[in-house]
Amino acid sequence: MEPMSCLETIQAYGLRSLGIGERLLPRSDFTLCQHFTLIGSGMIWNIYFGVLALLFGFFLANALALAKASRSPWTRKPAEWFIFLFRGSPLFIQFFLAYEVLVLLPKAGINVMGITIETAWTTRAWAGALFVLFLNTAAYSAEIFYGALKSVPKGDVEAADAYGLTGWSRFRRVLWPTMLRLGWPAYTNEAIFLFHATTLVFFSGFPAFQQKGDALYYANYFADKTFNPFIPYPIVGFYFIVLTLLLIWVFNRINRYLNRYLPSNLTGRIRLRAQVIR
Amino acid sequence: MFEYCADPSQLSGLTWLSCYLTTGTHFNFYWSFLTVLMLLAVTAPTALAFGFGGAMMARSPLLPVSLIGRGYIAAVRGVPDIVYFLFFVIALDQGIEWTKHLFVCDDLSQPVWNGTEFRVCPAAKVPLATSSAIWHSAYGFATAVFTFALVFGAFAANVLYGAMQAVPRAQLETGEAYGMTQRQVFRRILVPQMWVFALPGLSNLWLILIKATPLLFLLGIQDIVFWARELGSAKTSGNNPYPHGDWRVFYFLALLVFYLAFTRVSEIVLGRLTLRLSSGQATLGGEQLRKAGA
Repeated sequence: MEPMSCLETIQAYGLRSLGIGERLLPRSDFTLCQHFTLIGSGMIWNIYFGVLALLFGFFLANALALAKASRSPWTRKPAEWFIFLFRGSPLFIQFFLAYEVLVLLPKAGINVMGITIETAWTTRAWAGALFVLFLNTAAYSAEIFYGALKSVPKGDVEAADAYGLTGWSRFRRVLWPTMLRLGWPAYTNEAIFLFHATTLVFFSGFPAFQQKGDALYYANYFADKTFNPFIPYPIVGFYFIVLTLLLIWVFNRINRYLNRYLPSNLTGRIRLRAQVIR
Repeated sequence: MFEYCADPSQLSGLTWLSCYLTTGTHFNFYWSFLTVLMLLAVTAPTALAFGFGGAMMARSPLLPVSLIGRGYIAAVRGVPDIVYFLFFVIALDQGIEWTKHLFVCDDLSQPVWNGTEFRVCPAAKVPLATSSAIWHSAYGFATAVFTFALVFGAFAANVLYGAMQAVPRAQLETGEAYGMTQRQVFRRILVPQMWVFALPGLSNLWLILIKATPLLFLLGIQDIVFWARELGSAKTSGNNPYPHGDWRVFYFLALLVFYLAFTRVSEIVLGRLTLRLSSGQATLGGEQLRKAGA
């Protein structure tokens, strides 16, 4: 077979992780271009999981933080337990457990008042793993927002009271913006951390159908085939560093927006403090 | 294990369960919990040592040494650590075998990395193909510990570096004023005082380390995840005296409970430790303790 040019390789494998393009993965004579293309194609999944989990997780995290800060034990306790459950156990185990639970759902679908709800799709990574990541990041972010809510300056709340703001409008106009502002640097780290965690998906129960996997899945494929870890893994590292820098840029923009009304010498810059596997 | 377990097909209910949970393979499962605890017991001090070394290097007045230290901290933090886990296990193995290859093999004419193969002579294999299974698992465990220590060492280095910077400068200057050498200031003033600043970060790291232990499975160690999958998968009556359906969900539930309990206990112990270390320190926590005592 004629060796492919790099452009042809990109056409064949650029969207391979979505099942578009060449069906067979390269089997011999691996080129650097193939490494970069296929691993880059896998990054689509990492970004998919990261962005959606972060987006949905943000809303649940706000709700959980408020529930944890509430005075009534009926809302506080469940939130505390949820946060402890997801922060106290390894994400790896959560993936495995979720997969096994989803597999146990009846294959034929669940019948609810005459309408059959399909269940097969829940065991797929795009849905099942996303759901786990969503709950996981919600728990971690909720703890961050809860901490931020507790450290809203007393003077801010008193000022709101003095203006006669109460209930929802006090929360919407005073507490919530300040909470976001205070929690944002830590939340940035959580976001980076979440993107790093997406690499676990295809190594933890959720199978990759038709070899449609994420960046690490393809890097692992290359390392298994070539017995040379020194090329594919640094490429994954490269992609993730670029992604991390991009994330920091986006979150810094939001941070500047959240801090816009403060005198400029008070606004803190976000420092990169990514953490390890959860 | 028990005498009444001789014929499992006649058993039912709790007696069946007691026999089922005491089979030889289940004891392998229970032992693998010890493997995890052992990994933690070995890795935590090793990672701390790596971290201490990294932090000292990053603080060094010599620029190249300082750059190595900072580079080590920065490189591990920007990339998902699972990449390092997958990378180091092969890279370390190949590095060791390649070095040994240079020394013990007679025929060095063939390249070691040849297309899709990594080939060293049989004498350079680590461990040798003829050595017993214990050595193979010990070698696997040692590479796993080294990988964990390397990755977590970078995180510990970051925490310790911050803690060393947090010790008030005046304290060090006082030491210098008393005529202590740099080394004495480091040993007698900086190190004893930095722990209270390092403790929040280190406790966080310990909790993360606990939660990273299931990754042993990816390193090819027969750990708790491996056995949970192995034992939980459906067993047919043909070859297994204890047939059952797909029970993996229960095994993973047990692992979840194990980790939650472990985390909770760690949190309580670390909380007490913080209290101990805060006493007598010129920090808010130490001040509160002093007032409470007075």
